[in-house]
Amino acid sequence: MTTTSVSPSISIEHMKQTARNMRIDIIKMIGAAGSGHPGGSLSEVELMVALYFKVMRHDPKNPKWDGRDRFILSKGHGCATLYSVLAETGYIDHALLPTFRKLGSPLQGHPDKRFLPILEASTGSLGQGLSIGIGMALAGKLNKADFHTFVMTGDGEIQEGQNWEAAMFAPYHKLNNLTLIIDNNKQQLDDYTAKILDVSPLGDKFRAFNWNVIEIDGHDFDQVIPALEQARNNSSDHPTCIVANTIKGKGVSFMEGKVKWHGMAPKPDEVAAAVKELEAVKI
Amino acid sequence: MGMATREAYGQALAELGAKNPNVIALDADLAKSTFSSKFQEKFPDRFFTVGIAEANMVGIAGGLAMTGKIPFASSFAVFLMDKGYDQLRVAVAYPNVNAKFVGSHSGISIGEDGPSQQSVEDLALACGLAGFVVLCPSDEFCARALVHRMAEHVGPVFMRTGRAKAAIIYNEHDDFEIGQAKVHGKGSDVAIIACGFEVGYALQAQAQLELEGIHARVLDMHTIKPIDEEAIEIAATECGAIVCAEEHLLDGGLGSQVARAVGKTRPVPMEFVGINNTYAESGTPEQLMDKYGLTAPYIVQAARKVFRRKPAVR
Repeated sequence: MTTTSVSPSISIEHMKQTARNMRIDIIKMIGAAGSGHPGGSLSEVELMVALYFKVMRHDPKNPKWDGRDRFILSKGHGCATLYSVLAETGYIDHALLPTFRKLGSPLQGHPDKRFLPILEASTGSLGQGLSIGIGMALAGKLNKADFHTFVMTGDGEIQEGQNWEAAMFAPYHKLNNLTLIIDNNKQQLDDYTAKILDVSPLGDKFRAFNWNVIEIDGHDFDQVIPALEQARNNSSDHPTCIVANTIKGKGVSFMEGKVKWHGMAPKPDEVAAAVKELEAVKI
Repeated sequence: MGMATREAYGQALAELGAKNPNVIALDADLAKSTFSSKFQEKFPDRFFTVGIAEANMVGIAGGLAMTGKIPFASSFAVFLMDKGYDQLRVAVAYPNVNAKFVGSHSGISIGEDGPSQQSVEDLALACGLAGFVVLCPSDEFCARALVHRMAEHVGPVFMRTGRAKAAIIYNEHDDFEIGQAKVHGKGSDVAIIACGFEVGYALQAQAQLELEGIHARVLDMHTIKPIDEEAIEIAATECGAIVCAEEHLLDGGLGSQVARAVGKTRPVPMEFVGINNTYAESGTPEQLMDKYGLTAPYIVQAARKVFRRKPAVR
């Protein structure tokens, strides 16, 4: 069977609603698990919605379709968002979401292909996703296939040296079928990225490594979608790096920009407050 | 002497390349030393040198395997295993992908380059990767056959190869299967279980022991994991004493694997020949193998000792 379908494209208004619903899911999942990473999950929501509802070529009814675009969440701790978008697109049942981080659940604490085979890669040890994505993009070139590989990292994650080995390799081998999305929420576990080991200017660094660089507001669909589509339809010889400027904890006022919400679960009253705030958002 | 196991690997890899278009070779700027260059010469479009960047190489191998390719990534064993270990764990072992890794210049027989290049811990590291098959061929025929077996096996595999020319033990008609030891001789006084270079020394030791009236058999344990428990149990039962010999730290390699099998099947006295809790130095391969206690006379000594430790027959 030849599949060429793309997940049905939805309106920007619908995407905004989806993003809001996913944020509610994320808060509830992490709250129910009693552990997890709300800050970096909330910062990547619009990017993931645009990928799965607009840009990527994929088919939830045929998840192992050879021609599918690949997505690797290198910042594996942000997986609540990935599980939520997989539920929204119909890859997994919504009823699974409350099992997040529980024994035997396909929704492991960090993405695990053994438990959820539709995942492209198992991640969680930071710095590895880009190399794995290069392997996939190389295989695509060798097979003369036209699928695209998207890899999402955090900004703190860019401190890992392996990224720079990979950053040299991809442009040298003209992997224009590869896109790195950096969820630049400017915080990491211990503090602001600029106070731990400043990675800025990210765009200049990747330009110097011969990547096409697009810098956007990672919460504005009017910027996110054109940037991802430009990367998906890349006809240059260079891979694309999208520096998506985002806000850690986006959408929940008491979490936004607060380092402590990198890896702390909201308590039941905090879950209730966050859900109430998100439900009240007018779209 | 025959060719080095690394050269046999390169030849076999080129053979595989002709057989299977999905075989891809990666190297980290050591292709002329690992002999993956033999594949590069024939299939330049399927060969990628990643530069001096082992972590990236292992990650790329993982991604290629996840997309249906059969990558063979080569470097010196010490750089591949030690610098690529987290990637071997997360991008290969944990998702259990079909990627192959070959580390050359293992052990101290690489000689003059010294300890920074001498891998004495690669077998232990490879055994620490869940789901990995771990191979250590003894000669060129063993190496060549095992390269084909590792390509047929679906799942991650590590093979160590050596820099120095290896004694010829087999011929092209010998068969090798993953996890099945090759047994040399029927002696029942002591069993010498060895891998890699040490198999050649073990066979020399066997001849020397025979002159002394100690009848030894030698097991070429080319597969360190999964270890051949059945062959070990038979050797323990029939010989009642075992010597393990490996060009590796005494910690975590062949000896540890064999001891576990012996302990759970047929406990008998054991002695261990290997590198004792140290790094080596520069010198010729022969000087180093002697100074660090890995040559035939040390195996003979260990065999005599374990033979004396055998309980008296009532």
